Amino acid sequence: MEQILANGVYLGSQYAMIALGLTLIFALMNVLNFAHGQMYVLGGFVTYTFYGQLGLPFVVALLISCVTLAILGALIEKFLFAPVIKRSARDESTMLLAAGIAFLLDAIILLVFGEKQRGVPKIVNGVFNWDFRLIMPYDRILICVLAILSIVGFIAFMQYSKTGRALRALAQDRVAAQLMGVNVDRYSMIGFALGAMLAGLVGGLLVTITGINLGMGGPTSIKAFMMVMIGGAGVISGAIAGGIILGFLEAIGLAVLSQYGDITYLLIFISLMIFLAIRPQGLMGKPWG
Amino acid sequence: MKRRTAMKSAVAAIALSAIGASAAWAENPTLKIGFVGVTSGPAAAWGISNQRSMETRAAWINETGGYTIGDTTYDIEIVSFDDQKDPKRAIAGMEKMAQEGIHYVVGPNVDDGAAAVRPVAEANGIMYFPYAFPKELYTAPASNAVLGMVANYQSGPAIYKYLRDEKGVKTVAFVAANESDPLSQRDGGIEAANALGLEVVSDNVTYQVDTTDFTPVLTPVMRTMPDLLVLSGVSPANAPQLIRSARELGFQGFISTETAQDAQVLREGAGDLANGFISVGGASTPELASDAMKEFVDRYTKMFGEYNDESNTKVYALEYILETLKANPAGIDDVKAFQATMDAFEAPNPYMKGDAKLRYVGSTSFGQKRQVAVPLVVNVYQDGAFETLFVAEVD
Repeated sequence: MEQILANGVYLGSQYAMIALGLTLIFALMNVLNFAHGQMYVLGGFVTYTFYGQLGLPFVVALLISCVTLAILGALIEKFLFAPVIKRSARDESTMLLAAGIAFLLDAIILLVFGEKQRGVPKIVNGVFNWDFRLIMPYDRILICVLAILSIVGFIAFMQYSKTGRALRALAQDRVAAQLMGVNVDRYSMIGFALGAMLAGLVGGLLVTITGINLGMGGPTSIKAFMMVMIGGAGVISGAIAGGIILGFLEAIGLAVLSQYGDITYLLIFISLMIFLAIRPQGLMGKPWG
Repeated sequence: MKRRTAMKSAVAAIALSAIGASAAWAENPTLKIGFVGVTSGPAAAWGISNQRSMETRAAWINETGGYTIGDTTYDIEIVSFDDQKDPKRAIAGMEKMAQEGIHYVVGPNVDDGAAAVRPVAEANGIMYFPYAFPKELYTAPASNAVLGMVANYQSGPAIYKYLRDEKGVKTVAFVAANESDPLSQRDGGIEAANALGLEVVSDNVTYQVDTTDFTPVLTPVMRTMPDLLVLSGVSPANAPQLIRSARELGFQGFISTETAQDAQVLREGAGDLANGFISVGGASTPELASDAMKEFVDRYTKMFGEYNDESNTKVYALEYILETLKANPAGIDDVKAFQATMDAFEAPNPYMKGDAKLRYVGSTSFGQKRQVAVPLVVNVYQDGAFETLFVAEVD
């Protein structure tokens, strides 16, 4: 039981971080960013390059990942999403654009970083072993703590900073925020950059545990969408709740159902379908959007 | 008037240069060889190593004047199609090859893709070299598929027997991704382990192919305390993470797989924790690699920036196609002539030291020669490189 709980906390914290960036972008711009997983992968590859290949300190590589993805996110918003949103009222336009960006990033990642699985040296050695009841490598514990701290930091930023308040206002009512003097274009770009930066941050953190490869983008996006659906689209607390719930469901399912084969995600998907039929807005979402 | 003259001159120059260029291209006719496999997504490494091996060898041949079959010297052109590990796409890829008049195709990389393309290949006179293990692909009445590597039901028993006899292994656990290839390889492995008298202590733990954290997956397996953990059909992307999780959970026994792996991926992903990991490879270890193999690795590295150890086994398919066509040039447009040549075909293996031969095998497994005789080289990973554990042959 201790192992299941620890696995749940670890998986939940990393999943919550992945979902945060996706839900932030959705809340601000009503954009389903299908390229979120590819941004996560790119963040992992940037950390791999600077920490694993060039030997820079891990923290520096992580910062470079965050900055790179933030810049990329800002550029994507300014030159791709913003013009499309202005010219097209149809949601499909941004969805197709996001899907196109995902394919583009996949192709760029293949060209620049190759097809192989990449990994970096462990940031902390050793394994915590409590009488074989709870086994957890120290680097996972560290990444879990860093992920939780990042989530707390993000919430504090959104709650107490001027930028965070502006972003929340934008998410609540775009027109009202504009009437109150919020520069919508600027804060949309900042919000998208922040969402992309979160993807880069979690990619950089997790490359130390899971490594990174070209194919991780699509499945990561799918899991992120699941978490957002569970918690409620566009709600920060919902994304965190969705991530933690998915993490615990996965940890419990893998431990309890392993003798029946790989049915954990089958049951999760069935549960999700039933749940969404009853509560389509998710746990914390509002039925009106 | 001057402008018109200048334009005429320009058009004439372009036409002449085009004629010149086509004349240069026309020095050797082109022989197209196809590749249909996965070059995107989580399993991209499998197909990309295939495609790049073929492109490296083709560029090498073309650079050195072409490949002579009968009285004609050909330049080799590789026509590639990414099937995205999707059987429907694999069929589309094989149809594209047929439309281009291609009779020899390497791939697909996985079981369902290889099975799906069979009707298209047989209807259009295409010989194809899959990296997939279902026996019905190679057993009569199937005729056009040639297994491009050593199958798990051939390498698995050899590895388990070695570990049982030499290392005292008595119990074994299997873990596989929830996909057709790994699951069929797991079932074949369980059968082989039982036949050798090993006790199978865990055989039903599987994982999603996109799993990134294997600690929860392996925790119940580790509780069974096996002597040997078999990662059935594991992809190079998942192998280091599985090894790392198993070792971090305190597993002290042996870990093996029947798929080819890459040493650098293991080093980066699992570091010293991968020491002792047993996998199947080709002829790239120093004690086996010929000068031609070393040159191939060198050319591949220069062409693509980095070598992939999986190509040690994937260098062979194109070589077999060309050498067989050289033995019987009628095969270029007639796969029946190619098939007729396969039974008695034999040529020197350029990639291995000694007098190893290229020849078709598979009589024992398939009742007909529908497998390339790739050396069954069982490797063990140690400190960033593979070492040869033992070498065997498939009949």
